Amino acid sequence: MASVVSHLQKSGSSRAHASSVTQDAPWVRWTLTTVALLFLGSFILLPLGAVFAEALRKGWGVFFAAFTDPDAVAAIKLTLITTAIAVPSNVLFGVAAAWCITKFQFRGKSVLLTLIDLPFAVSPVIAGLIFVLVFGLQGWMGHYQNAENPWFPWLQQWLVDKDFKIIFATPGIILATIFVTFPFVARELIPLMQAQGTDEEYAAVTLGANGWQTFWRVTLPNIKWGLFYGVILCNARAMGEFGAVSVVSGHIRGETNTMPLHVEILYNEYQFSAAFAVASLLALLAIVTLVLKSLVEWAHTRSNG
Amino acid sequence: MSTRTARSILPGFGLSLGFTITYLSLIVLLPLSAAFIKTSGMTWAEFVDAVASPRVLASYRVSFGISFLAATVNAFFGLIVAWVLVRYKFPGKRIVDALVDLPFALPTAVAGIALTAIYARNGFLGFLEPVWAGGVAQLGAWFPWGNWAEWLGLKIAFDRPGIFIALTFIGLPFVVRTLQPVLEELEPELEEASSTLGATRWQTIRKVIFPELLPALITGFAMAFARALGEYGSVVFIAGNMPMHSEITPLLIITKLEQYDYRGATAIASVLLVASFVLLLIINLLQKWSRRHHKI
Repeated sequence: MASVVSHLQKSGSSRAHASSVTQDAPWVRWTLTTVALLFLGSFILLPLGAVFAEALRKGWGVFFAAFTDPDAVAAIKLTLITTAIAVPSNVLFGVAAAWCITKFQFRGKSVLLTLIDLPFAVSPVIAGLIFVLVFGLQGWMGHYQNAENPWFPWLQQWLVDKDFKIIFATPGIILATIFVTFPFVARELIPLMQAQGTDEEYAAVTLGANGWQTFWRVTLPNIKWGLFYGVILCNARAMGEFGAVSVVSGHIRGETNTMPLHVEILYNEYQFSAAFAVASLLALLAIVTLVLKSLVEWAHTRSNG
Repeated sequence: MSTRTARSILPGFGLSLGFTITYLSLIVLLPLSAAFIKTSGMTWAEFVDAVASPRVLASYRVSFGISFLAATVNAFFGLIVAWVLVRYKFPGKRIVDALVDLPFALPTAVAGIALTAIYARNGFLGFLEPVWAGGVAQLGAWFPWGNWAEWLGLKIAFDRPGIFIALTFIGLPFVVRTLQPVLEELEPELEEASSTLGATRWQTIRKVIFPELLPALITGFAMAFARALGEYGSVVFIAGNMPMHSEITPLLIITKLEQYDYRGATAIASVLLVASFVLLLIINLLQKWSRRHHKI
């Protein structure tokens, strides 16, 4: 499903349609363009504008006050921590998966590709639920902590002593975020590295480079734009994830609230201006993501065209 | 492409494959299997009770029905948007093209509260609500055999139309982004040939262009449908969440969880998971069909 997110593979050259038979009549052009722009305007531009309008409705004072609230600061910090762990993990995975899938032949490759796509097909709510089933008090970890004769008694002792929690705590939020952003980098790199083939790596190895040298000096420079592209998409989703995180977080203010969850709490408490102020920060992140994405596509078409 | 000897030249196969499979198993496969293991611990009667109670069945009707409707609308308008973006030139096109991806980039909770603010009675488009209610009442007067107020809802925000708007928003990029590359690959010679052979422009579009686009259009539709089915964040704020009327299935899973009914929640989740997997399978097959169709 991620393939739609990717535009780096699309051919950069747009043909000039000179012949008149392939062109629509002016009235058709005008009507279709108007319909498309009205549709996009009402469904995309309007909500985006509404976020900023609502955020500033009570003035800049209320707007900035929303960010000095300690709970908001804690939420921003938690979001940054979560992203700082989730994105690099998925980058590491994405590069490893793309390396073995595109540089080698092995059986079960198409199964592996489908499995990598799996998290895109899973509802965010279910992504949260499955981690509750594994690590929750009623789940496998809870059963283990309460077991009479457990395997590895020292581990059980340690978990109980430290009161180690995954669900309703930061580790659960990080795990759920990793799950929902899992395929982004891999799905971006695999088609790119497949198209590039293996010739340059063979040349490097033949000339005496070792594996890491080959990767850092040959492969990485070739895939840097694709990698960056995957990272910004992964980052946007990681910072904005709501459903999955909402299930595992427990909504403890100042402790396990990420920014989107903080928005929800403020909204449900009828602090609309503050809710939209924090939301506007997330909307700004979305805009920056779109701008960077367009720039990468532009740079890529230029370097290829 | 790569031969047996080539395999041994490049290093890192064992390391990268090992890491990939371990990470995949720990993050995705093991937790997902927990859902099915938990469900398999239930008796058949318990399972049916959990996944087919009236309230759950009502939530399926809401989720599947409105997701289908939203995906259909997205297929129609997505086709127009993709056509306009590929074929026509107009000022600001690059910005419009970038904006199509906004639903991917905007956090769903932000989209949810923004849409609610617009369509609530005191919102920017709040004046639409009496218009909508009047239309539904008129429909009831013309076709009295239908329970239109129940089916369509009398409000926009906090009712079924709100769910439809949110699901249309989040599904919007899928159709456009699947169609765009196919449209760009479409050869103008095809249309020229059709025109030379005496076809009108409308015949060319209907009989030459549209069949070429159909696999991608269905793929985009299926993706938008699958995404809408699992969506939670943007819907809960605008749905009103009335049981039996405007409660979506993902919300029902959360409700069960909050009541500590883990088995009930997992059973419903497994139904939704199977539906998603079937859709993923269909999408994969469609993409294969589309690729063969275009011989890429």
